[in-house]
Amino acid sequence: MSGTYLGMPAFPKAAHEAVGNATLRGNLRHATHTIRGKRAKAVAELDDWAELREAGKQIKDHTLRHLDRYLVQLEESVTAAGGIVHWAADADEANRIVADLVKMTGESEVVKVKSMATQEIGLNEALEAEGIRAYETDLAELIVQLGKDRPSHILVPAIHRNRGEIRDIFAREMSEWGRPAPEGLTDTPAELADAARLHLREKFLRAKVGVSGANFMVAETGTLVVVESEGNGRMCLTLPETLISVVGIEKIVPTWRDLEVFLQTLPRSSTAERMNPYTSTWTGTTDGDGPSAFHLVLLDNGRTDTLADEVGRQALRCIRCSACLNVCPVYERAGGHAYGSVYPGPIGAILSPQLRGTQSEIDASLPYASSLCGACYEVCPVAIDIPEVLVHLRERVVEGGPVTREGNKVVLKPAKGHAAERAAMRAARWAFSHPGALRAGQRLASRTRRLHPRSLPGPGKAWSGTRDLPAVPAEPFRDWWQRTHGGTDGAK
Amino acid sequence: MSSRERILGRVRRALADVPGGEPSYEEAVGRGYLREHGERSIEETVELLAENLADYRAIVHRTDAEELPLLIMRLLAARGPQYVLVPPGLPPEWMSAADPTRFHDRAVSTPHELDKVESVVTGCALAIAETGTIVLDGSPDQGRRRITLVPDHHICVVRVPEQVVSSVPQAMERLNPARPLTWISGPSATSDIELDRVEGVHGPRTLEVILVG
Ligand code: SF4
Repeated sequence: MSGTYLGMPAFPKAAHEAVGNATLRGNLRHATHTIRGKRAKAVAELDDWAELREAGKQIKDHTLRHLDRYLVQLEESVTAAGGIVHWAADADEANRIVADLVKMTGESEVVKVKSMATQEIGLNEALEAEGIRAYETDLAELIVQLGKDRPSHILVPAIHRNRGEIRDIFAREMSEWGRPAPEGLTDTPAELADAARLHLREKFLRAKVGVSGANFMVAETGTLVVVESEGNGRMCLTLPETLISVVGIEKIVPTWRDLEVFLQTLPRSSTAERMNPYTSTWTGTTDGDGPSAFHLVLLDNGRTDTLADEVGRQALRCIRCSACLNVCPVYERAGGHAYGSVYPGPIGAILSPQLRGTQSEIDASLPYASSLCGACYEVCPVAIDIPEVLVHLRERVVEGGPVTREGNKVVLKPAKGHAAERAAMRAARWAFSHPGALRAGQRLASRTRRLHPRSLPGPGKAWSGTRDLPAVPAEPFRDWWQRTHGGTDGAK
Repeated sequence: MSSRERILGRVRRALADVPGGEPSYEEAVGRGYLREHGERSIEETVELLAENLADYRAIVHRTDAEELPLLIMRLLAARGPQYVLVPPGLPPEWMSAADPTRFHDRAVSTPHELDKVESVVTGCALAIAETGTIVLDGSPDQGRRRITLVPDHHICVVRVPEQVVSSVPQAMERLNPARPLTWISGPSATSDIELDRVEGVHGPRTLEVILVG
């Protein structure tokens, strides 16, 4: 999988740096605490939350256990509805397919609605290399793109930026990309949103090609679903003549009816709303309404390898609501960038090492980026037992063993004595020694005991006793950030 | 080998541990959740819809069939002289009181032309009380998706109680997945700047819902 940010330090180093940055920490703390309380309220409104969560888990599990059948069914129904289905085994293949499809239209720019899958495969960069400019249209993604930055949260990718920083980015960069920011732009959120509206409108109106992901795909009907707030999704899905959707193969649900579960649990878990402002569903193409050409690119890129792991495959149930990020004491302090992937927080800690393997330092250290307090499991609307998978992955890093990589069974060597092990140990020490991260100490103790007594082999036992505060980093996060342009230039 | 075959082959090998006699879809998925939340009379359900729409900053009006044309006329007039768009199958009586020089109902062809339209008036497929949502399905009284997207002001008429359902599960039963659907819950919004909710980014910044019945 591409999308490992070049030069990304392993989790403990990046986390140290992030903790040294007061603005970042303040922004994150404010944001996660706000949304946490709201989510709890939105969930409490539904008496049957436990049943909805269980149904969501069962639908996803059943689908994953018969994924071959549902993929074939989805292909048939999308094709019958006028769509064209493409299969991409990895990031390079997906990027190539999309670039070729865009070129066939004769266009050299596309409008994009926020999609984790296209970030994961580095689509914007791949298109850029082919002379195609991709415009991000989600407000937060726009902030990230204009700021030459990286997303740090699934739902609120610019959560690490405050309004003053956003104003500066808009004032400085908008003219490079199109319509400049209005004169005298202030930092009130309403004015900033209005500047984005004006800046993007000209792009929407002239766009001939839209690129999206999808939150769900219905095998039975061939329907795709995009859940959003701002209306940029609707613009990208309905105004262009050609629509290209890049979607991970795990996004399938069997039936139309299954959506009644997720359209209740997703908005309440992510934005803490009864319902998000806009949800679009479409099935192939419709005469006289919306794009006349629809392409669906089904993406593997490590998902089948993840599926091959009987414990780890539950990570594929994820509906990317980001509730687990918002409750995670480690995420709150380390920030999204420390996870070195488009998938930050607890879900990233179990997904990235499975999609990419645990060979690199960052991926070997991610399963340790947790205090195993279990808050992520409790809020997860599809009941992914993140601590269970973390412990399982720690064992894999430490002890090695059989795994599947690019469809082939291989046996991993234990990380002992390698750089990966040292990175992992440092990550564990960071998570365990950080006083705030141990807020749920009692639950941590019982949780790890119940799961796996061997979860922290060898020196791990001693770590939880360590109480050393991290040393002040030699180079604060922000400095590293600016020096390396957020890691985008292959930073050293 | 094509990527299709490669991926399907990987999936099958990955699932080698799944036994042959697995429960069917119907057996595997428990539907212990509720079809609707709480017990309400029809009037209470409509009331809940109005409350939840307003909670997400839609402007809610209630009227009857006789008063509807006057109300639409007043809402449009309040925004000053402007272009108003209506879909081809909108009941003509709804616009009978509006100044005919101020709206044109021909299909607008390009997004740029649509951008000159200030207001749009449509019906809907149904409305969901528990979530404060209206759903459009592209029927003739709603038009294609773009006409309720580009203009800045959307007036949506809901016939109560017949178009109102209580819950999301009840809505799924009535909606046709073959049609392109747009679920709308309040005007477009963002919380991307410090999680501070701002109404109106790209979709209509003003959503007015008229409950007629
Ligand atoms: S793991 Fe669960 S809580 Fe976290 S983003 Fe995925 S679905 Fe949401």
